[in-house]
Amino acid sequence: MKIAIPAEIHRGEKRVATSPEVVGKLIKAGFEVIVESGAGDGANFADDLFLGMGAEIARDAESAWAAGDLILKVRPPEFNNELGRHEIELMREGAQLISFIWPAQNQDLLQHLARRKATVMAMDSIPRISRAQKLDALSSMANIAGYRAVIEASHQFGRFLAGQITAAGKVEPAKVLVIGAGVAGLAAIGTAKSLGAIVRAFDTRPEVKEQIQSMDAEFLELHFEEDGTGQGGYAKVMSKEFIAAEMELFARQACEVDIIITTALIPGKPAPKLITRGMVETMRDGSVIVDLAAEQGGNCEATVPGKVVHRHGVHIVGYTDLPSRLASQSSQLYATNVYNLIMEMCPQKDGTITVDMEDDVIRGATVVNRGDITWPPPPIAVGAERKPSFGGQAISAEEGQAAGAAAKGAAEPSALARFMGSVWLPLILGGAALFGLGQVAPPSFMAHFTVFILSCFIGYMVIWNVSPSLHTPLMSVTNAISSIIILGALTQISSGNTLIYVLAGIAVFITCINIVGGFSVTQRMLQMFKG
Amino acid sequence: MSSSLVTVAYLASAVLFILALGGLSTNDTARRGNLFGIIGMLIALVVTIGAFVTGHYEWLIAIMIAGGVIGFVLARRVQMTQMPELVAILHSLVGLAAVLIGIANFLDASIQYTGVEKTIHEIEIYIGVGIGAMTFTGSVIAYGKLSGLIGGQPMMLPARHWLNLALLVAVIVIGVKFVGAGDHQQATLLLLAMTFLALLFGIHMVAAIGGADMPVVISMLNSYSGWAAAATGFMLSNDLLIVTGALVGSSGAILSYIMCKAMNRHFISVIAGGFGTSGGSSARAAIQGEVQTIDTAGMVELLNNAKNVMIVPGYGMATAQAQHAVADIARTLIKKGVKVRFGIHPVAGRMPGHMNVLLAEAKVPYDIVFEMDEINKDFPQVDVSIVVGANDTVNPLAQEDADSPIAGMPVLEVWKGRTTVVLKRGMAAGYAGVDNPLFVRENTRMLFGDARESLEALSQAL
Repeated sequence: MKIAIPAEIHRGEKRVATSPEVVGKLIKAGFEVIVESGAGDGANFADDLFLGMGAEIARDAESAWAAGDLILKVRPPEFNNELGRHEIELMREGAQLISFIWPAQNQDLLQHLARRKATVMAMDSIPRISRAQKLDALSSMANIAGYRAVIEASHQFGRFLAGQITAAGKVEPAKVLVIGAGVAGLAAIGTAKSLGAIVRAFDTRPEVKEQIQSMDAEFLELHFEEDGTGQGGYAKVMSKEFIAAEMELFARQACEVDIIITTALIPGKPAPKLITRGMVETMRDGSVIVDLAAEQGGNCEATVPGKVVHRHGVHIVGYTDLPSRLASQSSQLYATNVYNLIMEMCPQKDGTITVDMEDDVIRGATVVNRGDITWPPPPIAVGAERKPSFGGQAISAEEGQAAGAAAKGAAEPSALARFMGSVWLPLILGGAALFGLGQVAPPSFMAHFTVFILSCFIGYMVIWNVSPSLHTPLMSVTNAISSIIILGALTQISSGNTLIYVLAGIAVFITCINIVGGFSVTQRMLQMFKG
Repeated sequence: MSSSLVTVAYLASAVLFILALGGLSTNDTARRGNLFGIIGMLIALVVTIGAFVTGHYEWLIAIMIAGGVIGFVLARRVQMTQMPELVAILHSLVGLAAVLIGIANFLDASIQYTGVEKTIHEIEIYIGVGIGAMTFTGSVIAYGKLSGLIGGQPMMLPARHWLNLALLVAVIVIGVKFVGAGDHQQATLLLLAMTFLALLFGIHMVAAIGGADMPVVISMLNSYSGWAAAATGFMLSNDLLIVTGALVGSSGAILSYIMCKAMNRHFISVIAGGFGTSGGSSARAAIQGEVQTIDTAGMVELLNNAKNVMIVPGYGMATAQAQHAVADIARTLIKKGVKVRFGIHPVAGRMPGHMNVLLAEAKVPYDIVFEMDEINKDFPQVDVSIVVGANDTVNPLAQEDADSPIAGMPVLEVWKGRTTVVLKRGMAAGYAGVDNPLFVRENTRMLFGDARESLEALSQAL
């Protein structure tokens, strides 16, 4: 099977969909590889490097596109002005394509690809589950964008990021606010931190608080009860009240910080406007805003996509091609993501790929399959990532089972099943059993029975408080006290009946072993725990 | 002695027993708790002997002293690694005593009940003897498995579930006949027949359970010995026995529950037996990847560059008697200023809390020994994790492969640390029979060989 890598033709795009290292690995896995001449120039991968790895070099775009059974690209196919033809037309009919597609925004493109009977994997549609992390090109690119955002900000910012005390006076550290702590946000936090800035971060999803704090940044809290966690690791749209509180927080921060990096995106929606013109005005002159959401309209009202603008004394960076500005790095990571995707489809390493639509990851990525549009994919049943909680003191068996059933819950449980799973059924059954017992049992038995049931509850309360590290001593001491059964033997030992006398004697003997043995071994162990 | 005085004394014993268990909630109060237990037992013994024993004193004293001395010697001599065996064999004694006392009570012609009271009394005897017999043979088999006298593999008889069911039905049928029997002779025979069946049931039940489920089995037998005592208490109308039996019974039940939770298994399926032999595991593709080994010198270098070390012991540490070597290494590292902690999985070892006892024996301070839930989130900050003889409890498949037999079992996430070193004899699978992809992870290094020898060599080199 032949893999072709044409050059990217989008204006200013410097990335390429493979790297010499990955070409080597693909050839080792049994594929043939052809690279368009000059495709890797922007990323500093010269043709010779690809040749050295065993790839062929195609002299122009037409021959590269035509040669490939599988085409690897970064940007979605577009109209080639030089040739006067659309890239899809250059593709062989029925060929396969792996690239970013953005199917939600590019319906026409999907139709066009379908007409060519193509099979298309969209790198942006790979489901964000843990198994697919090594294929996740969005994360790779976001990581680079986050890093580059800080570098761009520092480039525009007229001062150090780190604080210093020099002979010429004291330099205050810059204050950086990162909005949205996804992959890009976290990369920005890490980069800004390592340049020495004071970093604060905000996110609507409370679970990222720990991640932010683990990077030594300050997590700004709203003290507002609403969880912004949406599907696939993204945030969802928040309520009006929440947004009002959030805007107030940003307004206060805008007066204080020197650099704002915004990364807030909600899938399928224009980017939320978080930084108003008013806030920009209150920022100190020379401050910088880097808007990573510029392509989706920007988080800042003053952002101009693709450009750096100067408004109210503030530099507003709206570049939409940050990964391309680190072309070598992003090509390398993207190439590896693509390679991992190919290997998912080529487990035998025999130079052929099979599109397994049963596989959640492949199913999600495939947007066109042999001319049929298969986007959007059905939702993935999340089940593998559930972690059972354990060790909480108050979890009863019923609750545990109910939680288990709920987590499995693919099928909607019937009302009866819900009733059975609830705590009511055991209570009712228990009540009925007690009633039946009360009907027949004599009062003397009921007195003992009361003691028994209450003791079970005392046991339950006491044992849950035992430290798990002392469970072994617990077992040996319960062993010793359960030998209280010796009392039964003691009441029998004075019997005149020889058989009873002998049986009781044996019982006394063995329980004494148990009593002394149990208590002394417990004592011995606890002595060790003295520490 | 008046009967009210006896009752008060028994009440005092019961309270002292509750305090004994309550004391185990912290290390500081645990020893005092044990002392309460001993006092409670002494009060009960003295009062009972004073109130009920009317003769055979010399024999009684001799028997008690003999039993006590044997128990004391056992307790002194036992290795901490053999604690599960000791506990198992002690359980069997409680079970046997329950059987003997129950039968003796039935034979005692001086006890006369009529009507419903007679029926209830007979049911109590029947249940007490039954649970006792089951506990007895079950514990003996558990002892055999733990001490290696019997193979650890589950015994899988054909149609074993039907066999269990047949035994249960037989026990119930005999029970009905037993209660209805007019003739004392015939009733005795029926009681003995049931005892025999219960003994068989105990053998069969534990023999069918695999080695990895031993923590559950031990806890379960612990629970049974308690229920046996409680049933004997009903039989003798003795509240102290009932209270104590209920305490022990619920203690064992809770421990079983904790152990089952820690393996993400249902109690019923553990009891039904056969863990690690069911299909599914073998059908999975073998783990692909290369094992990377490391030697002592490499290990020294690794540890010299580490600031944060986590040690994860498993049953392998107990079998290799490696706890002292582990403790030496921990002490050396701590002296060098390295942060050393221990992470304990609830089912590590062969009984609840087994690892804690071994580490305590090796004088590892208990404030650096943590339960899984306390430290699992810290693994990303750990430089080196040392896994000593653990396997299933550190298997990432539990989280990653929903079809795995151990899917959903909580595990120690050692693979999230920077480097993991696994000490192991060879590449054999753990008790669950599942391959462990941890061994071929990029950040995992294997140190093959006997854990104690490897660790002692390492300790020297450090």
